[in-house]
Amino acid sequence: MINQVYRLISPKQIRIDFVDEQYDEGYVIVRPHYLSICAADQRYYTGNRPKEVLNKKLPMALIHEAVGEVVFDPKNEFSVGDKVVLIPNTPIEESIRKENYLRSSKFRASGFDGFMQTYVSMRRDRIIKFTNIDMKVATLLELISVSMNAVKTFDEKSLEEKNTFGVWGSGNLGFIVSLILKKKFPDSKVIVFGVRQEKLSYFSFVDEVYTVDNIPDDLTIDHAFECVGGSRSEDAVNQIIDHINPQGTIALMGVSESNVNINTRMILEKGILLIGNSRSSYQDFKDSVDFLQEHSDVVEYLNNIISDIKVVKNVNDVHQAFEADLVNEFKTIMKWEV
Amino acid sequence: MTFAVILAGGKGTRMGNSEMPKQFLLLGDKPIMIHTIEQFLLNQQIDKIIVCSPKEWIPYTNDILKKYLFNNDKVSVTQGGSTRNETILNGCMHIREKFGASSEHIIITHDAVRPFITQRIINENIEALKKYEVCDTVIGAIDTIIVSKDGEKIDEIPDRNFMFQGQTPQSFGLEAFIDNYNSLTDKEKEILTDACKIFIMKGKEVGCVKGDESNIKITNLYDLKIANAIVERNILND
Repeated sequence: MINQVYRLISPKQIRIDFVDEQYDEGYVIVRPHYLSICAADQRYYTGNRPKEVLNKKLPMALIHEAVGEVVFDPKNEFSVGDKVVLIPNTPIEESIRKENYLRSSKFRASGFDGFMQTYVSMRRDRIIKFTNIDMKVATLLELISVSMNAVKTFDEKSLEEKNTFGVWGSGNLGFIVSLILKKKFPDSKVIVFGVRQEKLSYFSFVDEVYTVDNIPDDLTIDHAFECVGGSRSEDAVNQIIDHINPQGTIALMGVSESNVNINTRMILEKGILLIGNSRSSYQDFKDSVDFLQEHSDVVEYLNNIISDIKVVKNVNDVHQAFEADLVNEFKTIMKWEV
Repeated sequence: MTFAVILAGGKGTRMGNSEMPKQFLLLGDKPIMIHTIEQFLLNQQIDKIIVCSPKEWIPYTNDILKKYLFNNDKVSVTQGGSTRNETILNGCMHIREKFGASSEHIIITHDAVRPFITQRIINENIEALKKYEVCDTVIGAIDTIIVSKDGEKIDEIPDRNFMFQGQTPQSFGLEAFIDNYNSLTDKEKEILTDACKIFIMKGKEVGCVKGDESNIKITNLYDLKIANAIVERNILND
C-alpha cells in the first residue's frame, strides 16, 4: 500500500515521500493518532546536532513517541481498532543485555524513520495494546517507559536506604520521574530542583521544591535523578554530588551533546554510584501501561503537562507544531490527521 | 452506510498504444487500481467498496482483487457504463440492489487511477457531507487558467485566485445522485461529464474539500513514469 512518510530532509525542511509498504505476517499496520514531540526531535528539526550526524541520518521521519490504532494484522492477533502504543526501540538480536542498550538495536527517528507517517508497519512485538487510558495521555508512554527503566534499574542497584530522593530538572522528564518515585516509594520524600519557580509550581504532588540557586547548604538527599541534559547538566550533576549522601546513586538521564565535567574526586570520596539511563524496552512499556491503568490520578497529573495539542493535516501544520513546541512549557502533541 | 465507488470504467484509450486499461498497469509491483482500493480498505469509515469495471474486464478485475488484496470481503465488482456518470449510476444501482435504498447511504466516488489519495482527503469528504449535500475535491490552480473556445485564441483569463482544479473524490448521497441523474434529458446527460456539475445545474450547493497536488491522475505513460519514480519500495529490515 502506498504510504506517506513525512521526512526531515534538512533542518526545518520536510518532504512527503511515498513508500510502497509490503505486507508481512511479522508486521502489523498501525495508523498513528497522536504523536508527541521530544527534545531529540527538536535537535534534528532545528539542526542542533553536528553536521556529520545530520548528513548521516537525514532524510528521516521524526518522532518516536506515538499511539495509534491497528488497521490491519495479517495474523489477526490484534483486532482492527485496537489502541496501541508504538515502541520505538527495535532490537535485532537476543542478549543478556537490555535491548535498549544494545548497540545493534535500531531506534525510530534516530537512524530509521520515526512515526510521522500515514501508517506505520510495526513488528508485532513492538506494539502493546491498552484500554481505558486517554489517548492523549497515552502518547506520553514512551517518556514514562524511559523513566520506568531508570527507576527500576536504580531500585535494583542502589542502597536500601531511600528516605529522600532529589530530582533535578522541572521539565517533562523530571515531572514523570517524580510521579513514578512518589507512587513506587510512597514513604520516601521527593524533592525537585529546577531553574524556574513557575514550572516547579506544577509539582504539587512532591514534598518540596527548590530553585537551583536557593538550595539550603545543609540539604541532603539519599539518591538523585538528573533530568536536565544539555548545557546545564554539568551544574546539575555537580550540585547533586555536593548534596548527596555517601553511597547514594545518581541516575543520569539528561542527554548532552558535549562532554560534561564532573567532580570525580567527590564521587570517589562518597562512593557514589552513577548509572547511565537511555531509552526503554518492551517490558518497560508494559510496566508503564500497567502503571497508568493502575493510577488514574497519575493520568490526571499527566494531562497537566500537555501544553498544546496541534491538529496536523499537512506539512505546514507540522512546522507550526514544532515551532510552537519550542516555546511551550511542557509537551506538544500532534493530533495526526494527515 | 458509507461506500467507496471506484471508477475503473476506462479502457485505456489515452495510454499510448497499450490495450491494457491504465488502471491495471503496474505501479511498483501492483496494479494502480489495487493501490487505490487499499487506501479505502484501510479507512475504518468506509463500509464497502464497489469497483466499476468495463464488462470485458470484470473477470480480470476479480482475479487481481483476489491476488493482491489482503482482504476481499468489503469489495465487490460491477459493470461500468459508457460514460463516467453512467458508471457512477451503475455503482449506485449495484449498492441499492445489494444493500437497499436509503437516504443515509453516502458514496465517495474516486478515480481508480488516482492511487495517491490520502486518508485526510477521504475523511474530509465524509466530514463535508455532514454540511453539504455534495462535495468535490479541489486544489488551487497551479497554472493560469485561460478560456479559449476554439483552441487558437484566448477569450478570457479568469482571476487565478478563484480558479481551482477538480480532482476526486466527489461525494454525495446515493439517492440524491440517482434522482438528479435520472431527471436529466438525454442531451443533458451527454454534455454533463462531471458528476458535481449535475448538482450545480440543479441548484445544489457543492462543498470544496482541499485535495493535494500529489493526488495525481495517471492518464498517460509519462504520468505512470513519474508515479513509479516517486514511489519507494519499503524493504522490511528491522
